[in-house]
Amino acid sequence: MIINHPLLGPRDSAEFTYLGDARLIDRPDWQSQTAARDFYEYGYLRENPAGWHEELWFHEAGDRSWLVVTRNTVTHEISKVEMARDVARKRGRST
Amino acid sequence: MTQKNRLQGGQVDTTTTCKFKFDGKSYTAHSGDTLASALLANGVRLMGRSFKYHRPRGVLSAGSEEPNALVELRNGARQEPNTRATTIEMFDGLSANSQNRLGSLRFDLLAINDRFSNFLAAGFYYKTFMWPAAFWEKIYEPIIRKAAGLGSLSLQDDPDVYDKGFLHCDLLIIGAGPAGLMAALTAGRAGANVILADEDFRMGGRLNSETFSIDDAAGADWAAATVAELANLPNVRLMSRTTVIGAFDHGIYGAVERVSDHLPTPEVGKPRQVLWRIYTKQTVLAAGAIERPIAFENNDRPGIMLASSIRSYANRFAVAADQRVAVFTNNDDGHRTAADLHAKGVKISAVVDVRADAPRSHDYEVLHGEVVNTKGRLGLAFAEVKLADGTMRVLECGALGMAGGWNPNVHMTCHQRGRPAWNEDIAAFVPGGALPPGMSVAGAANGAFSTYAALTSGAAAAQKALGLKGRLPATPQAEDAPVNLKPFWYVEGCSRAWLDLQNDVTVKDVKLSHQEGFRSVEHLKRYTTLGMATDQGKTSNMGGLAIMAELAGKAIPEVGTTIFRPPYTPTAIGVLAGRHRGQEFHPKRLTPSHRWAEEQGAVFVEVGNWLRAQWFPRAGETHWRETVDREVLATRKSVGVCDVTTLGKVDVQGADAADFLNKIYCNGFAKLAVGKTRYGLMLREDGIAMDDGTAARLAEDHFVVTTTTANALPVYRHMEFVRQCLFPDMDVQLISTTEAWAQYAVAGPNSRKLLEKIVDQDISNDAFPFMACANITICGGLRARLFRISFSGELAYEIAVPSAYGDALMRRIIEVGAEFDVTPYGTEALGVMRIEKGHAAGNELNGTTTAQNLGMGRMVSKKKDSIGSTLSEREGLNAEGDVRQVGIRPVNPDDPVPAGAHLMNATGPVDAGHDQGYATSACFSPNLGHAIALGFLKDGANRMGEKMRLVSPLTGIDVQVEIVSAHFVDPEGERLRA
Amino acid sequence: MHDLVKQTALGGTEPRVDKYDHITISENDGLSLASVAARRGKEADCHKLLKKLLGAVPGPGRAQLHDPEAGFWMGPEQWMIGAPSESHEDLAERLKGLLGDAASVTEQTGAWVCFDVIGPAMQDMCERLCSVPIRQMQAGDAQRTVIHHLGCFVIRRTAADHIRILGPRASAGSLHHALVATAQALDTGSYGSDAPA
Repeated sequence: MIINHPLLGPRDSAEFTYLGDARLIDRPDWQSQTAARDFYEYGYLRENPAGWHEELWFHEAGDRSWLVVTRNTVTHEISKVEMARDVARKRGRST
Repeated sequence: MTQKNRLQGGQVDTTTTCKFKFDGKSYTAHSGDTLASALLANGVRLMGRSFKYHRPRGVLSAGSEEPNALVELRNGARQEPNTRATTIEMFDGLSANSQNRLGSLRFDLLAINDRFSNFLAAGFYYKTFMWPAAFWEKIYEPIIRKAAGLGSLSLQDDPDVYDKGFLHCDLLIIGAGPAGLMAALTAGRAGANVILADEDFRMGGRLNSETFSIDDAAGADWAAATVAELANLPNVRLMSRTTVIGAFDHGIYGAVERVSDHLPTPEVGKPRQVLWRIYTKQTVLAAGAIERPIAFENNDRPGIMLASSIRSYANRFAVAADQRVAVFTNNDDGHRTAADLHAKGVKISAVVDVRADAPRSHDYEVLHGEVVNTKGRLGLAFAEVKLADGTMRVLECGALGMAGGWNPNVHMTCHQRGRPAWNEDIAAFVPGGALPPGMSVAGAANGAFSTYAALTSGAAAAQKALGLKGRLPATPQAEDAPVNLKPFWYVEGCSRAWLDLQNDVTVKDVKLSHQEGFRSVEHLKRYTTLGMATDQGKTSNMGGLAIMAELAGKAIPEVGTTIFRPPYTPTAIGVLAGRHRGQEFHPKRLTPSHRWAEEQGAVFVEVGNWLRAQWFPRAGETHWRETVDREVLATRKSVGVCDVTTLGKVDVQGADAADFLNKIYCNGFAKLAVGKTRYGLMLREDGIAMDDGTAARLAEDHFVVTTTTANALPVYRHMEFVRQCLFPDMDVQLISTTEAWAQYAVAGPNSRKLLEKIVDQDISNDAFPFMACANITICGGLRARLFRISFSGELAYEIAVPSAYGDALMRRIIEVGAEFDVTPYGTEALGVMRIEKGHAAGNELNGTTTAQNLGMGRMVSKKKDSIGSTLSEREGLNAEGDVRQVGIRPVNPDDPVPAGAHLMNATGPVDAGHDQGYATSACFSPNLGHAIALGFLKDGANRMGEKMRLVSPLTGIDVQVEIVSAHFVDPEGERLRA
Repeated sequence: MHDLVKQTALGGTEPRVDKYDHITISENDGLSLASVAARRGKEADCHKLLKKLLGAVPGPGRAQLHDPEAGFWMGPEQWMIGAPSESHEDLAERLKGLLGDAASVTEQTGAWVCFDVIGPAMQDMCERLCSVPIRQMQAGDAQRTVIHHLGCFVIRRTAADHIRILGPRASAGSLHHALVATAQALDTGSYGSDAPA
């Protein structure tokens, strides 16, 4: 596959390491009343869709950026690639 | 031996003569021949024996689709089985042997199988070898294994090398026939970066095999001139002898270039083949079409061939398949073979056409009818024809061309699950459904069978692919005949009529498959093995599924095709491995003291890609234990040195560096003073221990974190995940410095005295206490880092210098340490000392253990959020009586306490249900004089002194042990702080 | 002055040179290296200082070929700076002095082996080694890629037949073997007038 890196352009997926669901960005608040439940769901409950999926890929043999790749797991079509750091900020992870 | 079937003309170079051997017999050929054409030229039709029935077989085709003429090419280590004679390029000295025979090719003893064909029909494995069950492994399987398969392996290492490579282009064109050449010309002239790949050694495709002209030139000459023009365009890369084997995601194609296969042996250092990974924006598939045979009784005799291949041999290779040739056809194309061969002076016995309205000829007889059977022991002698009026005719012929129509090569269009569509006009599947993105199809591969249509569609496909505007270039004048065809798959009533010649699948087998309920095309394939041989059914699948459709009362498109998968043609495993085999399977990582350690005669061990010194044997030492014991004792007595460069090192800097470490480690780092080091335990988010190491605070905003050797990469990846995805606005920067520093552990009571001779600073206990760290200089000014940390439990330091000075520093340590008998030690002694000290390592941090299991439960800070802190508090990970790390010693000092053995109560049953724990790491402790182990034991903290059994039923171990503290040596830690 | 003697990445006292008709592979032992990463909120300061040092701040996939200090982009807000070790043995320290609180600086000299690959077969050789689109790369293009399973930087230098390869130092021997074997696997005879000058 080819992943169109937001900074470096098209790169072979062989340069990347796959992690999985990009919801791993949404790490719960440890001080919440429901922290135990939240972390359990965060750690163990995942969607496994046949179709569009937001995934985390690490450009290990490249610039060491984590990317959020929106990929169709059936056709392998990739519709969007973002810097995970930007996604994390958009999702309110700035401190 | 004369080449009795050699004709005039063609594209072989009759001025060069090659000698070659087949089954030990010598023949001559010309350059430009294939092995198949050369054998035919010499009148050799019998080239092999069939897979199951050992029937005599010759050549069917003139291309890579060949199912039949498979030979063992070359001798010795380079012997290659199942090589298609039709693609073997002739060279002087070539040697090949027929295969799949017992005895000689002419008198194959296994031909007896043909007599028992009734017992060897489809599914015979499942039916015949059922009883008695015990016979399978001992009797049936060995016999079947011996008889199965085709060619044999040399059983020697492949002496050749293979390369890989990477290419980038705007347009990849697959196939250099008329469509591909025209596409290349159009794209090349427009300035695009073009790769034109063709599996043949001569580009031109069917133009080389036909007598058509293009404008005023012969087709083959037009092709040669076009190739010459393309060769002069710097933006076009011509790759002949290159098979595109697969279409992968997002415009990535695999291609195998046979660089040296046309030479007796590759030149020294040169690869035999290269596997190219081609990145392309657009692709034009111009892979042509393959003619299909017709099924009739005994249609597998040597001499029965595809009609188009008889034409190829005559026109391109100047070879008559035989002096008497007949044709059996259902379309106009078969008549071309007769016309071309007649023009070359070959006798045409007759053209048998299933159509009433077949074209007539003044030059030879055209019969309306069907070939219903053939005769001839080791090759075709007669064809029996049943005429439309019911009368029989016998034709004397040594070659019979079958012309059943053409199948477009849709293979590559289906590699991403595209399914081909049925085209009624040509009675064939054409590319359909979703093609791989960026692919367009031109020429015969798209069902455009005339030369004119191929040329036009090639140009159009290139224009479309490149988004070129404007009119198409003028298509040269060329043949543009329509396809006149009557679908005809098999002769009514035939039974032993071959569909798949390589796997010996007949019409009868398809009928049986239908009768027994295996009617889906995928079931048909597995039950009969139709299309499962090395040719993947290129000439047989279509016939099989057409017959299945008829039997099932369905239309052919309803039955559909099986799925096409890469590779397009058989591919050597060697080329997939490339250079990554043997010593070069993976790169090696050498430590800075490697060369020095080699000089000391060190024994090395692989740790990931690293090579580490395992121990340093000395003269007179006869067993590794002797060496390791000496290294351990010498270190604990005076001083030892060990290369620990392989530990992962990550530089962590930034205003929030301490906060960041607080996130990745379960214990606290915010209050660590500058100039101090602390042990850190990293958890996974699920609360399980991930890795451990130390973090040294070199400045308020600068830490150096170490990881275990094995986890250096995953831990770095994890740290970047935490930094970028979880806490994106922390001011923290990471970079790996593992290889930047040569790092040595100097351990033992004399370590300080030794280092005082090297370092430029005061390192007394007051100035540089336990867990101190600093940037220092050594040897009069070289920048270095010093950490007072200990894995061995002794007074110890780790000293680091830039890698380039690592060799010199090791030699200096040995030199100045001579007065203390400094002893280099390897990973084995390192392991012994850490077990003696009770330090957890990989065997304990094994992906199932928590901080609590490791006896470090109190390290997990509850005052802060760290990765894994919340889930580590789960009830299930904090159960009363959960396993704890303990020490294990044998009650009888001579007994072993092996790792992997399980702990059982002293009295009570020994079974999995009563398991109490297990030993994780074990060694012989030279300090204690007996074996020791670390392990995990249920409620271990409260069972000190308990006598238990350590058992390993698998290895027959059952010893009495005592549970003790994991700290076998210096439990109070006084030595560290000395 | 200290008295420890340096070893090259390939373990010699002198850098290694392998010369063929069509390619020369030279171990370049004369580079000091240090990484620079902008501190959060100090990116503008860091860029300003780097621009002063290098003439320009290299963007993604680019190198600034400059004397005596040169630099290339490694990742977002992160660069590798190199300079001749003869004059810049203390490169990291100097950079820290220059950049102060604007950036994190890490010495990298010992982490890498550097090879200069020069000759008419350079592009063909590159195609056998890694997936960078070498024929489309311009002088100053710098890409991280994989050669023989090793993470490497490939930098296209000013001369059209010159690339510089930085690979992990501990695997210098394996990388060197891959380069030499590839050079030997290429056809030596086909480099005529159309070779890059």
